[in-house]
Amino acid sequence: MITGNIITDFCLLILFLPLLAFSINIFFGKRLPRQGDWVSVGAVLITLILSLSLLMNMFMNWDANFSHEAQFSWIDLGAFKIELGFWVDNITIVMLAVVALISSMTHIFSLEYMKGDIRYSRYYAYLGLFTFSMNGIVLANNLISLYIFWELVGVSSYLLIAHWYEKHSAAAAGKKAFLTNRVGDIGFFIGIMIMFTAIESFNFQDVFAGVSQGLIGGSLLTLAGVGLFMGAVGKSSQFPLHIWLPDAMEGPTPVSALMHAATMVAAGVYLTVRLFPLFTPEALTIIAYVGGFTALFAATIAITQNDIKKVLAYSTVSQLGYMILAVGVGNYVAALFHLLTHAMFKACLFYGSGSVIHAMHHSLHELHDHDTDPQDMRNMGGFQSKMPITHWTMVISTLAISGVPLFSGFLSKDAILAGTLAFAEHYPQHFLLPVFGFGAAAITAFYMFRLIFMTFHGEAKMPKVFTGIHESPKVMTFPLVLLATLSFFLFYTLPFFNPFSDHGWFTELVKASDSVVPGSLSAAEIYEGVHHAHYPAMALSLLVASLGIGLSYLMYLKKKLSAEDWAGKMGFLYKWSLNKYYFDENYNRFLYQPLLKLSRAVAYLDWDLYDKYFINGFGRVTKLLSTITGRIDYDGLDQILVDGVGRSAEGLGRKLKHVQTGRLQNYMLFALVGVIIILVFQTI
Amino acid sequence: MDSLNNYIMVSAVLFSLGLFGVITRRNGVAVLMGVELILNAANVNFLAFSRFGGMNIAGHVYALFVIVLAAAEAAVALAIIINIFNNFKTINVDDVSELKQ
Repeated sequence: MITGNIITDFCLLILFLPLLAFSINIFFGKRLPRQGDWVSVGAVLITLILSLSLLMNMFMNWDANFSHEAQFSWIDLGAFKIELGFWVDNITIVMLAVVALISSMTHIFSLEYMKGDIRYSRYYAYLGLFTFSMNGIVLANNLISLYIFWELVGVSSYLLIAHWYEKHSAAAAGKKAFLTNRVGDIGFFIGIMIMFTAIESFNFQDVFAGVSQGLIGGSLLTLAGVGLFMGAVGKSSQFPLHIWLPDAMEGPTPVSALMHAATMVAAGVYLTVRLFPLFTPEALTIIAYVGGFTALFAATIAITQNDIKKVLAYSTVSQLGYMILAVGVGNYVAALFHLLTHAMFKACLFYGSGSVIHAMHHSLHELHDHDTDPQDMRNMGGFQSKMPITHWTMVISTLAISGVPLFSGFLSKDAILAGTLAFAEHYPQHFLLPVFGFGAAAITAFYMFRLIFMTFHGEAKMPKVFTGIHESPKVMTFPLVLLATLSFFLFYTLPFFNPFSDHGWFTELVKASDSVVPGSLSAAEIYEGVHHAHYPAMALSLLVASLGIGLSYLMYLKKKLSAEDWAGKMGFLYKWSLNKYYFDENYNRFLYQPLLKLSRAVAYLDWDLYDKYFINGFGRVTKLLSTITGRIDYDGLDQILVDGVGRSAEGLGRKLKHVQTGRLQNYMLFALVGVIIILVFQTI
Repeated sequence: MDSLNNYIMVSAVLFSLGLFGVITRRNGVAVLMGVELILNAANVNFLAFSRFGGMNIAGHVYALFVIVLAAAEAAVALAIIINIFNNFKTINVDDVSELKQ
């Protein structure tokens, strides 16, 4: 049994071990044997053990109200005080376990995937930095340290996306991710500052207490909530800041699995869950609509993408939209549950795609073909026989993401959809939210099976490449198998065995707390509604999932329906989807270009007008003044006064030196004359 | 004629002669002789004061000291002059001006 200070020690170790690995690898990595990968892998495996022991401890305690807080003073100026610390409850423990698990899988997977990379040790260093900052977010007990780690996560994401910065697109993608996140973070910071001005504390508990006491309320609280949610919009890649995530796939695939699928992008969801009690109903409505719209909208883009990683990227955006939607309708336990299950099967899907890309890459390399895109699904097909492990693990996680019973995704998705249905029952005017949810569910099932069929089934599109395809080595398949196993329902419903109910350790141990905003629905009311909507939601979700899978089966495996025909019939809709609704183009035309013009105009003002005339003019005047004072000083003071003293002393000396003849007898004569003068004066 | 003034007068003449010698003579040995005259002028004074001025036996003792000192001084000074001569082949004190240059 682990209690009290030991939990604090565990958390400190979990937090700082990856940072230690980062410091060692960034400074000495290249000089260590094997370029220091064992340092990072070792550190992250220890954090995994520690996190899992905390998880086991949670199971043994079986206390839904468990919470542990430890803090220390960071800035103490008497009246102004900032305290940093940990807040550990069951949500934290589950998140820590997810981060540690996916992070260590990534470390192991990368041993093979990144072998021979030019910046191998640096890659591992950055992974450590990321794990450190992600754990920091999860452990934070106050808004300010959360914000610090939030930015650190952004930095490590930037560094890892732009890992191959020789490639122009990778460097640009890193920049885009960072800048887009900044837009959201500004809102986040404004939200934090509104809360701090009103409540004068960053601590979560103090903030919640302040809101329930009515220190802040009404539209200001809504504004603060929307501001805080902006951070989540940026980090979790929600509409309209979703544009960075698909581009982030330029980074190494294990990084995509770790950060841009399982953990970092989930930080936004985690944030909204943590801060759920302080969102007003208005803010929650905005959150729900943003999430729901993103879920559907990203799914419609994913249908037409041909790059295997792009499909997964849009799928991630869509699934994150689901989670945000769940928070918005108040069913935030379901959001966390989906975060947990999604982390497992989406990381597995990404590792799977990494495995496929790895194989394609090697095969193309042997053919000396450097023009074919190893990520394009149109170049694949029939890989099932060559890569059985990759195939089966990806099928399992695809079944999970599509919401097929017996798999984890079914439980969590069902919980979310039930939440939206219940919400629509409470507030019939929001009937669109379940439509978004179920629509996205159908499309998700469709495009995920499209991915599987195009990659692993049918005929090989490029027979030459196909012959060179082989299964990936064990270090790569091990994470696949482990995560695919974790996509089965059993790991989430224990100690119960009902595959149709999400009732299990998670729902027992992670309980929703009431909103502290007066006038909101209580957690019990929400739960009651969700419970009520459980069976209709399940029936509907099964229906839409089978619809999506069936359509995909007919279109891509049996070829009964021609995809091209349908694309032609859809006309401009198909083109819009293929081009991602022209978001990048429109942002470019209506946002970046005018901004650039504005910046150029300001730069002109600054450089050509202000700098040239004002600043340089100042310089010229100063120069003139110094010349004049220099004259006065040098020619006047120096030459006449200072040198004059010297010169007169010199002249006097020149005259007096004739007295010093060097003849003793002269001196004696002078002495005699002196004595005589003294005697004469004495007598007078 | 047996009065202090006469002795002091003799002493003053002797001193003036000695001083004149020291200041004007170019020859090192002559300068030394001038110094001896000055010393002996002092001796005459000592003895005169011991006879008339109440200095008593102390004047004699001082005079003896001065004579001893003069002997020693002459010995040292002559040695210096011999060395000067060895080095410069002259005992003209004006020519010995190595330090000035």
